[in-house]
Order: sequence, then C-alpha cells, then structure tokens
Amino acid sequence: MSTPVALDADAVRALLEDVRDPEIPILTIDDLGVLRDVAVDDDGSVTVVITPTYSGCPAMQTIADDIRAALAEAHCTQVRIETRLAPAWTTDWLSAAAREKLLEVGIAPPLEATSDKRVLGGHPRGVACPRCRSGDTELVSEFGSTACKALYRCRSCLEPFDYFKCL
Amino acid sequence: MSSAHFRYVLRLGDNALVLGQRLSEWCGHSPFLEEDIAMANTALDHIGRARMLLSHASAIEGKGRDEDALAYLRDEREFGNFLICELPNGDYAFTLVRQYLLDVYHQLLFEALRASADEELAAIAAKAVKEAAYHARRSGDWVLRFGDGTDESQARAQAALDALWSYTGELFTPDAVDDAMQAAGIAPDLAQLGARWRQIVEAHLVAATLNVPPDDWQADGGREGLHTEHMGRLLAEMQFVQRAYPGLDW
Ligand SMILES: [Zn+2]
Repeated sequence: MSTPVALDADAVRALLEDVRDPEIPILTIDDLGVLRDVAVDDDGSVTVVITPTYSGCPAMQTIADDIRAALAEAHCTQVRIETRLAPAWTTDWLSAAAREKLLEVGIAPPLEATSDKRVLGGHPRGVACPRCRSGDTELVSEFGSTACKALYRCRSCLEPFDYFKCL
Repeated sequence: MSSAHFRYVLRLGDNALVLGQRLSEWCGHSPFLEEDIAMANTALDHIGRARMLLSHASAIEGKGRDEDALAYLRDEREFGNFLICELPNGDYAFTLVRQYLLDVYHQLLFEALRASADEELAAIAAKAVKEAAYHARRSGDWVLRFGDGTDESQARAQAALDALWSYTGELFTPDAVDDAMQAAGIAPDLAQLGARWRQIVEAHLVAATLNVPPDDWQADGGREGLHTEHMGRLLAEMQFVQRAYPGLDW
C-alpha cells in the first residue's frame, strides 16, 4: 500500500484531463463544461464538482466512476463527487477546442449565442454541414444518436450528420 | 409546511416519473426509427427529471427514503401524479397530444419555478425548462402534422384531444398543498399559469385545425392518490423487480 499523496487542485485537474464523455469520447469533461470545480481540503480529501448536460444524461454515473478511477491511479482515494445543478449547463460552455474537435469527427457544433431564446422557439437556422460546410441542410429528427444530438441531412453532399443541440 | 413542501416536490417528481414510464413503453414500438429514438430520449429526460425531484423530496422528508425507495417502494395511493400522466398511451396521436398539453404546462411551470424560494427546486427548474421547451417544440410539431394532415390523422388527433381535455383541469386547480406553497413563495400562481397555458394551447390547436373541446366535467384526484384503474398496472410493471427481489442492485 502506498501512502496517499497530497495533491493540489491543479494536480487533480491534470489527472482529470483524460476523463472523457463516454458518448462523445473525443471530448473531455473539461471540454464539455461538465467539470465545474475541484477543491482539496486540508486533510487531502478531494471534492470534484460536476454538472449534468441533460437531466436524463445516462453518462453521469460513468463519468463519476471514471473520475474516481483516474484519481485512484494517483493513489488519491478520498474523493467526493458532488453534482451541482445551478447554474444549469449550457452548450455555451463548450470550449473552442471542443467545437473544433466536434467538427473533425463530423458532428456540427451548436450554434453560438444560445442566450438568444428564439432558438428554442423555432428550428435553428444555419446549421452547416460538417463535411462540405454547406449551409443547405435540413432537420431529420429532433433527437439523434444520443440525448444531446439532433439528426440533420445535408442537401448539398446528401450526407446525414449529427448536430450537437443548442441548450 | 414542511410536509406540504415534501408533498409538492414529490408530486412534481411523480408526474415526471409516471409520464417517463409511459413514454418508455414506446421504445421499440414507435412508427419509425427516428421517432423511436426521440421517444426514448424524451422518456429519459423525464426519468432524469424525476430523479432530481425525488432526490430533493427525499432530502426534504429527511427519513432516509432515497429516490429509489420513493419510486419503487410506494403504493398507488401514495403517488401524487396527475391522472393525465398515467393514462395508457393509446395511439401515436393520443401520446403526442398528451405530450404537447403537458410539455407546454411544464415549460410554463419550470419557467416560473426558476424564481422559487426553494433554491434547489429553482435549480432543477432552470435545468428542466430548457428540455421542456425542446419537447414542446417536437410535440407541437406533431400536433400540427396530425391536425393539419390527412382526414384519418385529423380525426385521431381530435379524438385524443376530446378524451384528454377533461384531464387538464387538474393541472390548474390549486389544492391546499399548492396554496401553502404559493404562500411560501415556493410555487407559482396556478390561475395565472393556467390562463397563459390556455392562450398558447388554444392558438396552437386552432393552427392545427383542431377544435378546442368544451369545458365540461373534469377529472380530479391524482394529487390525493385517487388514481385511475390504469395506475396499478403501470406500477406493477415499473416496480416488479424491486418488489420481487427487495434491495436488488446491479
Ligand atoms: Zn454536406
């Protein structure tokens, strides 16, 4: 048994850099904005605060397990995982790097400026095809392969693609 | 006050849980693949919403009954969901007309609850309102497509609406729990909410060439645990595993 090593918050964050969204594994939980806060107590115990993307996100348990596993590898086992609901997660929290990564794997990133409530009332306009970048696209279904995506089709290259929904 | 508070949050959780259970019954049976996925995702959102609300109710009660105990180990008379949530799915028009009526209700309710004096409830509402708006857009689209579609789809949507209308009064008729919660700044004014709901829903029904049914007899009783004959069967299916194998975990 190795003795537990005291880590600071930055070291904990570094350990969590490879914890990924099990449904979109190119994104880390930090890219997604799911990782909200990291705190280390005087006694060395670690608190990790996460927030769910969607109420019904089935990945939260896996993410919590993965966080524990990543920290356990550094012999950090005094870990508390806290779920924080407020402020509610929004696609605005996706980092610029995350948007680029989504495009690379053929998922259209959410349109910017989601504080504009009109997007919720009407169908989003101008979702560009991640393959040919054409703006001539149509919605196939409000729900795609996972809770956070909608299914679109490109009228230019005729390929279907996932769109990361604005929320 | 704290028992009314528990009951209020529990009822919100029960609405989400029971409706989510009904929606999940479509999984594998929807008319085409995209709809099957949409239905399952919507069910998941409702069950996620139920988990947050039931966990919060559990904390308010403080008796160590967690979200699972509240969902799986209570009997029918202890459930406080609206009757409309437990009605069998019927055809696709029935399921989606019900969904539309409830999505608009939930969108307005959660919008208002964001200002609740109960901070945890306000946080849950801020999360749920975005999903409710998304759900309302989809179910609203279906109401338009059914109503303004073929003779067959129009007739089915109208029949669904006529059957469901008598179950909407319950949503906006405050009882003692609602009154106590409104006085405490935890719940919104239901009369205001109802007026707004009516305005939105009626305009949408007219656009879908559907007739707004007359306001006659209204069903009531879900909040006090007086359920329809369908509730027992729904619970039997939902609770079977925990009842047959108490404490089973996997
Ligand atoms: Zn294209």
